[in-house]
Amino acid sequence: MDPILDISAKSPSALETKIGRRKFLKIITAAAASIGLSGSAVVQMVEAIDLGLKPSVIWLHFQECTGCTESLLRTAHPELASLILDLISLDYHETLAAAAGHQIEKSLHDTMAAHKGQYVLVVEGSIPEKDGGIYCQIGGRTALDILNEVAADAAAIIAIGSCASFGGLPASGPNPTGATGAPMILKDKTVVTIPGCPANPYNFLGVVLQFVTLGTLPALDDKGRPLFAYARTIHEDCPRRPHFDAGRFVQKFGDEDHRLGHCLYKMGCKGPATHANCSIKHFCEVPGAWPIGIGHPCIGCTEKELAFQVPIHTTVDIERATPPDTYPPIHADHGGVSPVATAVGGAVVGVALGAAWKQAKKLDGEGPDSTDKKEE
Amino acid sequence: MSEHKATPVGGSLMTPSMRILLFVFMVGAALTVWRFAVGLGPSTGLSDGYPWGLWIAFDVVTGTALACGGYAMALLVYIFNKGKYHPLVRPALLTSALGYSVAAIGIIIDVGRPWFIWRIPISVGKWNLDSALLEVALCVMAYVMVLWIELSPAFLEKWQDSGNTGLANFSRGLSKFMDKALIWFIALGMLLPTMHQSSLGSVIMLAGPRLHKLWHTPWLPFLYLISCIAMGYAVVVMESTLSSRAFGRQREDKMLASLSGVTSGILFLFVAVRFVDLFLRGRGPLLIGEGYYSVMFWLETVLFLAPAIMLAGSRGRARIATMFRASMMIVVAGSLYRFDSYLVAFNPGPGWSYFPSVPETVITLGLVAMEIMVFIMLVKSFPILSGTSPMPAHRK
Repeated sequence: MDPILDISAKSPSALETKIGRRKFLKIITAAAASIGLSGSAVVQMVEAIDLGLKPSVIWLHFQECTGCTESLLRTAHPELASLILDLISLDYHETLAAAAGHQIEKSLHDTMAAHKGQYVLVVEGSIPEKDGGIYCQIGGRTALDILNEVAADAAAIIAIGSCASFGGLPASGPNPTGATGAPMILKDKTVVTIPGCPANPYNFLGVVLQFVTLGTLPALDDKGRPLFAYARTIHEDCPRRPHFDAGRFVQKFGDEDHRLGHCLYKMGCKGPATHANCSIKHFCEVPGAWPIGIGHPCIGCTEKELAFQVPIHTTVDIERATPPDTYPPIHADHGGVSPVATAVGGAVVGVALGAAWKQAKKLDGEGPDSTDKKEE
Repeated sequence: MSEHKATPVGGSLMTPSMRILLFVFMVGAALTVWRFAVGLGPSTGLSDGYPWGLWIAFDVVTGTALACGGYAMALLVYIFNKGKYHPLVRPALLTSALGYSVAAIGIIIDVGRPWFIWRIPISVGKWNLDSALLEVALCVMAYVMVLWIELSPAFLEKWQDSGNTGLANFSRGLSKFMDKALIWFIALGMLLPTMHQSSLGSVIMLAGPRLHKLWHTPWLPFLYLISCIAMGYAVVVMESTLSSRAFGRQREDKMLASLSGVTSGILFLFVAVRFVDLFLRGRGPLLIGEGYYSVMFWLETVLFLAPAIMLAGSRGRARIATMFRASMMIVVAGSLYRFDSYLVAFNPGPGWSYFPSVPETVITLGLVAMEIMVFIMLVKSFPILSGTSPMPAHRK
């Protein structure tokens, strides 16, 4: 096994590692809080990791841009170093491993043998099936072979990103490599899919931490997506939703409505048909860091039928048309100026000014005292 | 509190002008009852687009600014130690106390659920400390009390000579306490208006793009603060001039003249800050070509600049009529500035419009009538005005 990646062998208890219990608890608490786990989960997690039960993770890369790993690198709660060194034991990851070539391939096989039936498999990238899968090969073996072999003895399988979930960008027409997602190949296994381009790292962490803590997987929808993140549509929790309800739409990029942050539906926003929690869980802990937050319509990257299939600026049907809490009119019939009110208002201002001016006139001559007092 | 002697004006309370004021007040009061019976929808021109109308723009925002006489005078007398202005303080405090009380009543009439207002000061744990409006609410509530306490020596002086021994003894005791405690209330009376008058600017600054760019600036709180001080002095000049004539009292023209010099400086500062800010942020071109808005802006600027120029030289300040006219313009300018930023330059979106309904106007008139009535009643019965004393020489 690669000595750099094999932390668990040297440190049976996380408490004995150099990070110390205090910092360790902080990391766990932050991780649990960021994905909404309860306080008791923190205790369970600490106990599990104290016992040296850090799950071994094998991370496979296929046809993809590594964007999901890149976005995972940019989380700070927990930061990646804590995640891969303290919470899990990341035993095989082509992007992050220091080793290469035969050395890292050995690490893969050692891990599979040592943790047979216990390791977690993470798949990033789509798998080409056409022509026997020859379009993506690592160490002379096709992606198809590697996936089937590693998945056979995995305790849990997570497909991160749209490519691994349903083919994603490589599978868009005409799909020259016959790319498809992990669930389509591993038909008889449960594959948790975390689609997204990139996937929100917190949804991934949520699944991993639940598995670490409780040994279970979250409830999934029919496409393998965890319900805690993918049950609702972007549209339902969108911060721009009030503008949709009030009929305030961006008509073209850079117009007044766009500058004021109005609804992007007419620009082709797929939010009403896209299941994801982007509107409430932004990326990289930067408030507003998600497509709609920076003024671009949602492209529906978590949906097989939408992402890279429907043109970005084509509008979609509203999946669940819910009424707004109120119906503010686009053009209010309220208000208006009644002639009587204007007359009364004008008279009051006029009398007040006139009285004051008259008073000033009197002062001009320093004349006799007035008996009336009027202000403004 | 002071060496100069304030005395009650005396005389009959039920004069013909009082009868007219009473009538206006009664009509306003009746309409207020009706407003609570039918609700805001039928009785006002307010809407979801314009939830703040005349009652907020005039009774609260303009009303409290006009009532800044007490604040502005206290600033001059106690902070800058200009004891010579002392005779102007008590009447200024009275106008302030009345103005703020009217603002408080105005809010109660304006809000949708007035029966919850009492919860604001006591729900300490639930306060949203980022809210400018909460700051205004708490400050105004506290300041109304502080103003009446600041004014309380006037009442206590009178009650000490009361035939009722109990009341007289109570007043004497309380007077002794107030002599010591008053300094703290005066300090509070400095702090609170500084906070909430600028917050009234913050509140409308938070409206963001709904406020026209000519008015919207991060300097709104500062502009609101200095313009309310100028308005306070202007009201003191008008109030003093009118009271001295109406009640046949010694005039305070010299004091008012030097006061007006201060006002002039503040007005120049106000206009300068506004223009420098506009140009620094590249909004100069809006001064022309924004139609109606540009016109309103220039009207305000003229109304602020004209009195500033009129009061700049000692020649203008030598004539009480000029000072009175200038003060009148300041009051109109400051009011217009507040009306513009809260209503005219405020655009909540297409289709909304607002003009105060007749009941709104009449209820406001009723409140103003009440304010004037109570002012006259109090100066006739309590030692507020000090005009019978000879022109006070420089003190301290």
